[in-house]
Amino acid sequence: MIITQKKPIDEVMAMVANAKTVAIVGCNSCATACQTGGEPQIKELTQILEQAGKKVVATTICDYCCMNLGVKSKMKAINAADPDCVICMSCGDGVQCVAKNANNKPVYPSNNTMYLGEAVRFGVWEESCRFCGECVLGKTGAVCPITQCAKSLVNGPCGGQKNGKCEVNPENDCAWIKIYERLQATGELAKLTETKEDKGYSKVAYPRTISLRGNK
Amino acid sequence: MSMLKDALESGKFGVTAEMAPPKGYDFTEQMEAAELLAGKVHAVNVTDMQSASLKASGLGLCVKLKQAGVEPILQITGRDRNRMAIMGDVLSAASFGIDTMLALTGDHPVVGDCKDSKPVYDLDSVGILKMLTKMEQTGCDCGGNEIAGGAPKFYKGASVTPVYEPVFLQINKLRQKVENGAMYVQTQGIFDLDTFKRFLEMVDKAGIKTHIMAGIIPLKSAGMAKYMNENVPGIDVPQDMIDRLAAAAAEGKEKGVKGLPGKLGIEMAAEMIAKIRDEKLCDGVHIMAIGAEKNVPVILEKAGISI
Repeated sequence: MIITQKKPIDEVMAMVANAKTVAIVGCNSCATACQTGGEPQIKELTQILEQAGKKVVATTICDYCCMNLGVKSKMKAINAADPDCVICMSCGDGVQCVAKNANNKPVYPSNNTMYLGEAVRFGVWEESCRFCGECVLGKTGAVCPITQCAKSLVNGPCGGQKNGKCEVNPENDCAWIKIYERLQATGELAKLTETKEDKGYSKVAYPRTISLRGNK
Repeated sequence: MSMLKDALESGKFGVTAEMAPPKGYDFTEQMEAAELLAGKVHAVNVTDMQSASLKASGLGLCVKLKQAGVEPILQITGRDRNRMAIMGDVLSAASFGIDTMLALTGDHPVVGDCKDSKPVYDLDSVGILKMLTKMEQTGCDCGGNEIAGGAPKFYKGASVTPVYEPVFLQINKLRQKVENGAMYVQTQGIFDLDTFKRFLEMVDKAGIKTHIMAGIIPLKSAGMAKYMNENVPGIDVPQDMIDRLAAAAAEGKEKGVKGLPGKLGIEMAAEMIAKIRDEKLCDGVHIMAIGAEKNVPVILEKAGISI
């Protein structure tokens, strides 16, 4: 899921400084799981805004703020309330999708969008994929070197590990040692002997659009 | 033609030293050291912001060394430059007659002194070697465009860390470096010859054919050795060496003589080099004096090595 973190409240309040009326859009998906955009967080933000003398004229929660059709229908009520601005409590994708459907009202993010992560246990999310567009997990024992190696090295480790820990953050295990151990366990060590074919970065020039319907 | 290539490929015992550009733009100290090193070593590695600590760029010092009659080795890391910038530097280097290089991945910016710098790592050490080999083979740059006047040829090197667990990963990466064009390899500092021998056997067993130059770090004190053991990956100074350095310091204190541990460090480095050469363990040595380059000629003399 997309991992988000709340922005410092002062930053959010500065964005809405000139607004008298505000609407809030939450997200029932990743941001709810991250406790950054679910019902309790909408309630909490509403209170803060009202304590600051703003009027919260409408709130809604989209199933997914990143799905245009669903957002479009949820935004009808928000637009009907005619707020001075909208605060969107989702990831950066959701904020942009909400903005497209907000009748030219300013839409502000309450969160910072961090990474694609895995909920390893309740309230703990580890970064797990960096969307490199060329998944190498089949060769690396399902441990991602692009994400878990601080240098995204694809041909093996640097010399920078000390006692199995990464030079960049000694709390992190060296990704390549994890890859080695995993491939040893699965009997696939031979996979490490191939040098990765360098495909360059031209294919990941952004922004990209993937369409199953032919052209954009 | 690369002096280091001449030496290693003709079976001579290769000798290189290492030098960092200044943290500024006054190269006086480096040029003084260069004068002492001229004629004593086959080449001098110029580091590429080692430990991710900002320095003048290596290409500048390489040019100055070349002009002073010392063969430079242009170290190139993937940390700060993408493939375009690396290739551009390589072409400029070639125009100054620089023909020896060494590819490294590079320490991450967060361990250095400009922590906010964006890490690049477009290519790792293997990728850099591969790109340059392809350039030489095809006469084309990294975009596949023909290089006017043809591609320059480099004597390409890499590094390896013999003290590494699991060592399979180092051997495996070393093999990839060699397969992609590394003609010589300099190791992380060696302090225990038995460990080094075991590593060489593994390289041999893996069928990796390259010229290996043992990394030599002259120790200055027991404190330096302990610090490196704790903080520098791949460094393992044996306790008896640390004890000898500490004893030398105690002796100096008692007699009121300064610099005894440093002198002992020079003796130990010379002893190690002589053993490596006499026992024909590998093809040469790479001396990393870490700011004390003036000691390199002394060490070589004590080891009985002239090029």
